[in-house]
Amino acid sequence: MIRLNWLLVLSSVLFAISVAGMFINRKNLILLLMCVELLLLSANFNFVAFSRFLPDIHGQVFVFFVLTVAAAESAIGLAILVVLFRERRSINVEDLSTLKG
Amino acid sequence: MLVEVLFWVFASILTVSALAMITVRNPVHSALLLVLCFFTSAAIWLLIEAEFLAVVLILVYVGAVMVLFLFVVMMLDIKVEEVRARVTRYALFGAIVAGVVVFEIVSVVWTRGSGAEVGAVVKATPAGYSNTAELGKLLYTEYVYPFELAAVLLLVAIVAAISLTMRKRAGLKLQNISMQVAVRSQDRVRIIKMAAEGSGANAPQSQSPEKGP
Repeated sequence: MIRLNWLLVLSSVLFAISVAGMFINRKNLILLLMCVELLLLSANFNFVAFSRFLPDIHGQVFVFFVLTVAAAESAIGLAILVVLFRERRSINVEDLSTLKG
Repeated sequence: MLVEVLFWVFASILTVSALAMITVRNPVHSALLLVLCFFTSAAIWLLIEAEFLAVVLILVYVGAVMVLFLFVVMMLDIKVEEVRARVTRYALFGAIVAGVVVFEIVSVVWTRGSGAEVGAVVKATPAGYSNTAELGKLLYTEYVYPFELAAVLLLVAIVAAISLTMRKRAGLKLQNISMQVAVRSQDRVRIIKMAAEGSGANAPQSQSPEKGP
């Protein structure tokens, strides 16, 4: 059978990969959003693992809400991205420095 | 035994595709590799018997969110070389941070939890147990208020996304609905009372237009 710590280590590896992805792709806004999705997936892994291990199904309800919020977040994030690209013709994070003094 | 083998196969596919996602140069390939990540995660969730969430993950993420990502990636023409310039400057720092995170979590989970209950197996559910039914019972009774809030949040997201991306194009001929509604018959038609002209003898009777009822 699958052990709990396998799942926890797998989710921590996913978390670390997505954090590293944010450092590596720190110029491309689309890839940053994708890394956020991967990050939320690794958090959901922990919820599902503990929910099945305890067993307590409330954790899976929480995953449901996290999925909902993540879908809303990515939809609005991509809409902002499209507007930004229309204004600036670029999605480079370093071009977005107009608020800098 | 088969479950363990499948778990490790899916876990390795998940890790490799996540690593490839953050390192490939083409954003379209990145999005497709993220789809592979979601598929393998759903398979692992099926293995630990969280069936409903596995199906939801595929339906919502692969079916909706990643299609949106692919749409945006393909709609915007991004200069890949420009965005990916000077990539190695932060790669080392990112790898160090990732290594520290993995080391810390593994040291907590694996070494300190050895022999304790974190190493225990995830028990199989009894026969006849329906994950979806249990989740539904909880979601529509205890969590019904958060459920409604989530629905409202999705509605807000729809309205926000549409209103952000909708734009007025120049040179487009559009109706002004409020002006159309506000118009009155007095503004359009002017009825004039006037005397009948001509004696009737000279007017050609056959060519006179017929009045409708």
